[in-house]
Amino acid sequence: MIDPVIASRLQFAVTTIVHIIFPVMSMGLAPFLIYFTWKEIRTGAQVYEQLRTFWTKIFAISFVVGTVTGIVLEFEFGTNFAAFATAAGELFGGPLALEGMMAFMLEATFLGIFVFGRDRVSDRLYMLSSVLVGLGTWLSAVWILVANSWMQTPRGYEVATESGQPIISLVDPIAAYANPRFPWMYVHMQNAAVLSVALFLTGVAAYFVWTNRDTEFWRTTMKVGLAVLLVTAPFQAIHGDAYGRHVADTQPQKFAAMEAQYETDSGAGLKLIAIPTSLSDITDPHADDLFVIEIPFVASLLASGGDPGATITGLDDIDAESPPVAIVFWAFRAMVGLGTWFILLAFWGGYRWYQGTLFDDDLLAKAFMGSSVLGIFTVELGWIVTEVGRQPWVIQGVMKTHAGVSSSLSGSEALATLVGFVGVYTALLVLYWYVVIRLIRTEAPTRSPTPKRETNVPEEVVPSDD
Amino acid sequence: MTDISIVATPALANGPLFGLPLEELWFALVFAVFGTFLFLDGFDFGVGALFATRTTDGEREQLLASIGPFWDGNEVWLVVFGGMLFAVFPSVYATLFSRHYLLMFAILGALIIRGLAPEMYEQRHDEDWQRWWGRAFIVGSIVSPFFLGVFVGNWLFGVEGVASIASLLAGLAVVALTIVDGAAFLGLKTRGDVRLETRSLGHLAQVVYLLLAVATLVVGSRSSPHVELLSVPTLGLLGLTVLLAGVHVVAGWAGRYYLAFAAVAGQVYGLVALAATLLFPLIDPATGLTVADAIVSPLSLNIMTIGSSILLPLIATYFIVLYSSFSGPVEEGESYT
Repeated sequence: MIDPVIASRLQFAVTTIVHIIFPVMSMGLAPFLIYFTWKEIRTGAQVYEQLRTFWTKIFAISFVVGTVTGIVLEFEFGTNFAAFATAAGELFGGPLALEGMMAFMLEATFLGIFVFGRDRVSDRLYMLSSVLVGLGTWLSAVWILVANSWMQTPRGYEVATESGQPIISLVDPIAAYANPRFPWMYVHMQNAAVLSVALFLTGVAAYFVWTNRDTEFWRTTMKVGLAVLLVTAPFQAIHGDAYGRHVADTQPQKFAAMEAQYETDSGAGLKLIAIPTSLSDITDPHADDLFVIEIPFVASLLASGGDPGATITGLDDIDAESPPVAIVFWAFRAMVGLGTWFILLAFWGGYRWYQGTLFDDDLLAKAFMGSSVLGIFTVELGWIVTEVGRQPWVIQGVMKTHAGVSSSLSGSEALATLVGFVGVYTALLVLYWYVVIRLIRTEAPTRSPTPKRETNVPEEVVPSDD
Repeated sequence: MTDISIVATPALANGPLFGLPLEELWFALVFAVFGTFLFLDGFDFGVGALFATRTTDGEREQLLASIGPFWDGNEVWLVVFGGMLFAVFPSVYATLFSRHYLLMFAILGALIIRGLAPEMYEQRHDEDWQRWWGRAFIVGSIVSPFFLGVFVGNWLFGVEGVASIASLLAGLAVVALTIVDGAAFLGLKTRGDVRLETRSLGHLAQVVYLLLAVATLVVGSRSSPHVELLSVPTLGLLGLTVLLAGVHVVAGWAGRYYLAFAAVAGQVYGLVALAATLLFPLIDPATGLTVADAIVSPLSLNIMTIGSSILLPLIATYFIVLYSSFSGPVEEGESYT
């Protein structure tokens, strides 16, 4: 039978990887919805009402799936990681409880008004609801990331042993909750969410532009998405670069894994490619017979913020087990690569917009279409770097992941739920995708395709069902 | 930043805030939050079960519209309950959830189906699609409270295995209670036939609930010494439940639906209060853990106390705004989306 530790870790990986898609959608859409609502109320323009109505539907389904998959995560700390929950509950449970009360309640109640109440409440209360829903989603991330960042850079605690079990108690709440990692994570995550949704918006809009079925609705969607992309894509890179330096300082073994750096080295090169030369190298964290192409000095440069001769501590000199280097290394490279692509895409779109030919470049439209879900994919990669990169620790330097798993859990129980989740969550993703595509096809205002773009055909807006 | 903590931390770490009996208060609060979840999401479950008795499109839409704006907020009380238990009684949260491993995932699975089904139901208007998602909604709405009831039964009676007769009876009792709850809620949100027919079903479920609740206690008390049947609080709360059940039925007949709904709320809180009184001073009979053993250190507890005292009144305001924005019966043609 499968080891309950492995099954629990896999199950947590599956359930978080699926769950994060939905908060990214709701956190990323929130600012757009606030903007559309505000424009609708201020200008009374039909296009903003359509934008608000349509994207609220996508938001609502994302929120529902996010709720049901989110409860699973909260419960899994108790079911699968009971030893961790018992040891760290005092520090870790608090933020979760506060998240529920401060953030989730705010979102879930005002979402009722925001989704169902346009005709029932005043403009003022409706506008307020959109802001409070958005605030709720963003506050939610505050508490979840307070809890997560504490595990990355734990502060303000004391460890004692009570009847053979470690008990971690809170001694300095401000040090613990305002820990050094939190602001880095929060900014990186929230910007990533907005960036991902901006890519989604422009991607979907580009599809309607490309098929000549675009209306003012889709043109506005594309412009708003692109405008946000132009800000968030470059910002993510600049911020991410500084974040990398912070990781090098606080979690050197994670940074070394990101760079596949085994030996402590000054003037370390940035490895563009490190290809395992045998099959076992893929999983072996200490594989050193890699085929490497590197840019000299750049890794040192990145870690120190400008000093090409700076020393990077290698994994061999870190007195702990290493994370699975291959996963971290490749996820990091793919994330940075895609991030760079988003910047290029934003500038390309921005240039066409400046030229006044944003809706005429077919190749650009295809590039946007192809990138529509890449933002969310990149968020997944970033989380893989963060979470796999801190292994074997569940709380950095304090508790190892395997020690956190419930002792009462049997392999067969863990396997049963793991298999169940793989099945249920696959179905859930398929359904979500189906519903989103269906909403886009049936609920958004489009027009019948016109054969020629040059002829100035007046837009025939096909009204949506409601 | 450390300056603040140097000043604030010792004051908060020395003992309970203002010398309050925080252990007992938090024990009560955790159960009160669970009760709020059971009352509010309970009527969502009940409406889902009663959905099975509605056959026309219009009536089914009416039922979905009645809970549409509310259910998500209602379910967040479960998240808050989980978070509070984790934050304040971490060892209970951990041992209880891992001991009933498969049951917890059964609850989660049922909640996923229940939450997703109405969203899916509304996506397409063809018959097959709506028949299947309608069934999923009904099943999810019955199975969720059943498993939740079994969980509470296992907790209260200190069951070590998957379930016992008493905890299965508790599951059935909770299903009956949610149907009572859902019917009382529909008394406020619907008119005409739907209202009258669901009212009769609610009254029937009320009788079933009383029988099941007593059966659960009698069976449970035989294997669990801490479940004292013949004690003042147990008999008092049972008596109160019977009284409120009478009020519910009579008020329903008299057309006083708000009073009927309030009487159901009283029964839900009464049930949770009964579970809490039977447990106290234990918090996990299976391991013999007491409230005093399981509680976190004063510093964490004080922070949670301050946080909750600010946030819970705010949450109450959100719910008042939400429920008053959608007060009164579901209007003709109002649908779930």
